[in-house]
Amino acid sequence: MTIRARRKERLDRGIKVRATSIYGVSSLKEIFYLMAPWQILILGLLIIPLVLPSMYWQRVICMMCIFALLGIAFDFLANFVGIVCLGGALFIGFGGYIAGSLNSSFGLSPALTIPIASIGGAAITTLILLPCLPLRGIYFATVSLMYPLMMARIIEALGIFGGTDGLPSLATYPNIWVDQYLIIGIVLISTLAFRRLVNEDVGVVLRSIKDNDQAVRASAINVTFFKALAVFIASIIGCFAGAYLTHLYGWVGISLFALDFSILPIAAAVVGGRGTIVGPVLGAFILTPVSESLRAFGTLRIVFYCLIMAGFIVFMPEGLIKYFQRKYHQFEHWIEV
Amino acid sequence: MNLFVYGVVNSITLVLIALGFTLVYGVSRLPNFAHGALYILTGFVTWTFLHKLGINYTAAVFLALIFTGLVGAAIYQLLLVRVRGMPDSEIMVSFAIGVAIMESLRWKGFVGSSFVLSPFIEGTVNLWNVPIDLQRIFIVVEGLVVVALLWLFTHQTKIGLALRAIAQDEHAAMMLGIDSDLMAVLALALGSSLAGVAAIAILPLSNITVDAGYNVLIYAIAVCIVGGLGSWVGVLIAAFVLGFGQILTAAYIAPHYQMVVTLFVIILTLIVRPSGFMGRQKEIEERV
Repeated sequence: MTIRARRKERLDRGIKVRATSIYGVSSLKEIFYLMAPWQILILGLLIIPLVLPSMYWQRVICMMCIFALLGIAFDFLANFVGIVCLGGALFIGFGGYIAGSLNSSFGLSPALTIPIASIGGAAITTLILLPCLPLRGIYFATVSLMYPLMMARIIEALGIFGGTDGLPSLATYPNIWVDQYLIIGIVLISTLAFRRLVNEDVGVVLRSIKDNDQAVRASAINVTFFKALAVFIASIIGCFAGAYLTHLYGWVGISLFALDFSILPIAAAVVGGRGTIVGPVLGAFILTPVSESLRAFGTLRIVFYCLIMAGFIVFMPEGLIKYFQRKYHQFEHWIEV
Repeated sequence: MNLFVYGVVNSITLVLIALGFTLVYGVSRLPNFAHGALYILTGFVTWTFLHKLGINYTAAVFLALIFTGLVGAAIYQLLLVRVRGMPDSEIMVSFAIGVAIMESLRWKGFVGSSFVLSPFIEGTVNLWNVPIDLQRIFIVVEGLVVVALLWLFTHQTKIGLALRAIAQDEHAAMMLGIDSDLMAVLALALGSSLAGVAAIAILPLSNITVDAGYNVLIYAIAVCIVGGLGSWVGVLIAAFVLGFGQILTAAYIAPHYQMVVTLFVIILTLIVRPSGFMGRQKEIEERV
């Protein structure tokens, strides 16, 4: 009896083999092959605001970029440091409230409040998450899930920062182009910077913490310090997104701690491809417009991206980016075994 | 006295909420973040059976429990089984499913004050001069009965022993012919039904709201973390600590701070004794 089975054989494309060696610089075709993916991303992001028809869609672009930033923060923490943070809303909330209250009480301009909120918010977030950093997995996930809910309750109870009404009429940006290119620039910079960071010395330590923290500890490296550093770095961009959002709408309120900001970035990271940093950007650019168009159905959009997220984790855990990467670099065919 | 009586009631409530979660985690090391959703689902399913289909109360309750158990088993069999052993994915998938269930309930219009389950037993009694309604006493009795039954189940029946065997050493248990996946399905079905049992007892005290699901999930995990994940005695102790903590806060400070106290206890526990009160054997694994 013979068992006939097929499997997919994958071979690198010739151009990939040539382009990744020293011959990569020898011809324009190879250089283009290497640069194309990044150029598409960068140019695409820069052109999008120019081609969009209406103000509404330009606002959607801003939201996309906010979710992309949160997605990058989540992806970095989950897949390069091993910390699953279910509370992206915490970053948004702290960044937003710091920027908002600085603007309304001291009248500082957005050019000052946003940097202060990014750094200050990141410092506070790191400080309050510090006690649970020595732990991993489910503990951290739970505590990070609790913080946003709790912050909303505290603000409600004490009536600080405008209580349930929030702080209205804050400063906004001078025009719609500043709106868009500010956040698009930050998304591009942070994508490239995080790609660089994870391959630096610090990044190697962080990745090894994810793989085997005992071994890192045995090498006389302070695990908690590096985890705190990672949370600080990730929450800088998270808090920036919050501060930016505050000045985008000129309003800050409890809805900054809403579940949307925690779940959609995770879904974006999963759809785009975990552990790639670019993945969340792609994911956010696919999910946010769909979620916006479902806004009429109320909470159905949360259901929608939860199901997409679960489906992707279970049935396509590699995510879109890695799938496209494979198609780009390799060709596949079936062979009989 | 007032504080004592309501503290006990609150603590038993927490025990009921946390039992299902700790059972699943203890047996299959699977953090079931859909726990709160299953809790609230049972409430709405019972309500639907009762008011839309006109089934009598007892039958509706049993059908709802079976339904929730099946949903739990389906979640494991269809989704979670494929990501076993990857803690990040387990958390994300079960959380996504939980949120999806809760938000689709909200979308289907299960919001408002018309969603009330009537208490099994009406009326109030005075207990040491403290007026308390019979439903709350029923919760205490049910909590104790469920704990006792679970203890009997896990110590006396063959399936219960198999569940504990898997929890202690999965490989050794598999060598003795215990099907690990089957046991995990069973544990999840049982855990979901336990969430349902808690829901049936507790929900008649007020309206059924979707937001309660999130709170239940958080309190369940809080109790388990403080008590030590997967430990029965730990759950009981932690529930009493948190239960009395919450009641005292509500009485002397303000009800809004209940969650702050819970979080404070968690963080204190994590600093002082990271594996919880009773979670001895997991100390090395969970902590760096």
